[in-house]
Amino acid sequence: MKNLVILGAGTAGTMMANHLIRHLKHPEWNIAIIDEKEEHHYQPGYLFLPFDIYSPKDIIKTIEEFIPKGVQLIKQKIDLILPKENQIRLADGTDIQYDILIIATGAKIAPEETEGMQGEEWQKSVFDFYSFEGALALRDKLREWKGGKMVVHITEMPIKCPVAPLEFAFLADSFFKHKHMRDQVEITYVTPLSGAFTKPKATDALEHLLHDKNIRIESDFAIERVDNENKKIIDYGGREIAFDLLVTVPTNKGDELIGRSGMGDDLNYVPTHKATLQAKEYSNIFVLGDASDIPASKAGSVAHFESEILTGNILHFINKEPLTEEFDGHANCFIETGNGKALLVDFNYTHEPVEGSFPFAGIGPLSLLKESRMNHMGKLAFRWIYWNVLLKGTHIPFVSATMSEKGRNYEEITEH
Amino acid sequence: MDKIIEGKKITVNEEGFLKDFSEWDKSVAEAIAAEEEIVLTPRHWEVLEYLQEQHKSEVALSIRRIGKSGVLDIKEFYQLFPKAPLKTATKIAGIPKPASCI
Ligand SMILES: Cc1cc2nc3c(=O)[nH]c(=O)nc-3n(C[C@H](O)[C@H](O)[C@H](O)COP(=O)(O)OP(=O)(O)OC[C@H]3O[C@@H](n4cnc5c(N)ncnc54)[C@H](O)[C@@H]3O)c2cc1C
Repeated sequence: MKNLVILGAGTAGTMMANHLIRHLKHPEWNIAIIDEKEEHHYQPGYLFLPFDIYSPKDIIKTIEEFIPKGVQLIKQKIDLILPKENQIRLADGTDIQYDILIIATGAKIAPEETEGMQGEEWQKSVFDFYSFEGALALRDKLREWKGGKMVVHITEMPIKCPVAPLEFAFLADSFFKHKHMRDQVEITYVTPLSGAFTKPKATDALEHLLHDKNIRIESDFAIERVDNENKKIIDYGGREIAFDLLVTVPTNKGDELIGRSGMGDDLNYVPTHKATLQAKEYSNIFVLGDASDIPASKAGSVAHFESEILTGNILHFINKEPLTEEFDGHANCFIETGNGKALLVDFNYTHEPVEGSFPFAGIGPLSLLKESRMNHMGKLAFRWIYWNVLLKGTHIPFVSATMSEKGRNYEEITEH
Repeated sequence: MDKIIEGKKITVNEEGFLKDFSEWDKSVAEAIAAEEEIVLTPRHWEVLEYLQEQHKSEVALSIRRIGKSGVLDIKEFYQLFPKAPLKTATKIAGIPKPASCI
């Protein structure tokens, strides 16, 4: 019997288990998936927790209920990957041999990378919402906060779901309006990028929205440290921004496991071929989701598109056929813009998001890059789709893994 | 978009980045630096060369990597190219603006 082992039972790993069980059967194949946690969190929900839009029970389920019958779930911490020996070492010392390995260990926040971030003010006036604990602590703070300077901040790129901090700023604007205290809150959006977003077209649309909502933007800010005493963030150039409430997205990093195993770059991401999802150094290792270093968004929707292509490639690999170089970096995400509206962006490695409709050219119902109520419903429906469709590896009707260019005026991205 | 530097025609994108590295030379670098109000010293040239080498070997550039490069620390990078050092330095070096990975 041959072994296919999946590391991590989050969004990406769970999808792969569901895809592969349909193709790789006993007794020829055994599929195992390993995760140290009991709970599967719907991470996009972390954005809504601080504003009491979702409660914890809306976003937590067990890992177990999404792992299909026939796949062996091992609940343990993974201590090491030994790629030269085709072996995994678990925390209790057990070694597991694999024929094919899929790395899907994700990414998480690393506030310790920034001086002073986890200082005295951590979870008093300095919060994150990229972890469950952080989002919950921030919720408690926002319930009683009386106003002042709120700074929404990104430490450095890449981060998961790069639009989430912007959404946070938009939702904060509408949250304070509803509490009739918007005039007591000054919102500043601080980013290391030179504008609101990485792609110029979307940046224009989003900066317009920031302006409309009276949110100030400070760009090109590369933070050096958090000054807890004077409640300021300071960048390497000496620029200072004062806060009463700092909501930061700390540096995101791949799991320590990748670093310990000597398989990662400086942020513990695994070097991966961007079109095939095969690890650059080992032909029987594949990487998907947030764990890889490919220049695509770190998002659940990306993991979904990847999983369809990776399933094909794993079967090619087993049959000793050439891999298809198909993954184009397709990402789509809803951007909450507050007040019950959202916009939708859809893009890939080479094409910028521009106006159009999705998934049907010219019909929609979702409009790309335009604020609409329908898009907001789409964002909320995403949670249902996530639990009921995405994790199960079901193909979403009409939405293909590679991007459709119909009905939109794409502009080629020329530089990269 | 075309731009004339020292009588030579150079093609740049909307943000002023060169589209074709073969059009780059030291006088181009000096002209772009002047627009950014930077006078290039030998230390600047060392950093620019380092960035060009990294780009040639397809290493993705980021502030973090430069800080850990051993070539210079981030503080110095800011002193040499104030405000948005990575953007400014890559523009002067004639290489594309680093895609900060979306
Ligand atoms: C605030 C926020 C908002 C977001 N919004 C959106 C959105 O609107 N749309 C969207 O598409 N995406 C969104 N995302 C991103 C999305 O949640 C992630 O991209 C997605 O979950 C990535 O899946 P993954 O499987 O790669 O990683 P994860 O789902 O994080 O799974 C990794 C798993 O690996 C396990 N693991 C790691 N290391 C070990 C180890 N050493 N031993 C054992 N187990 C280990 C972990 O326990 C975890 O279960 C958002 C994320 C955040 C934080």
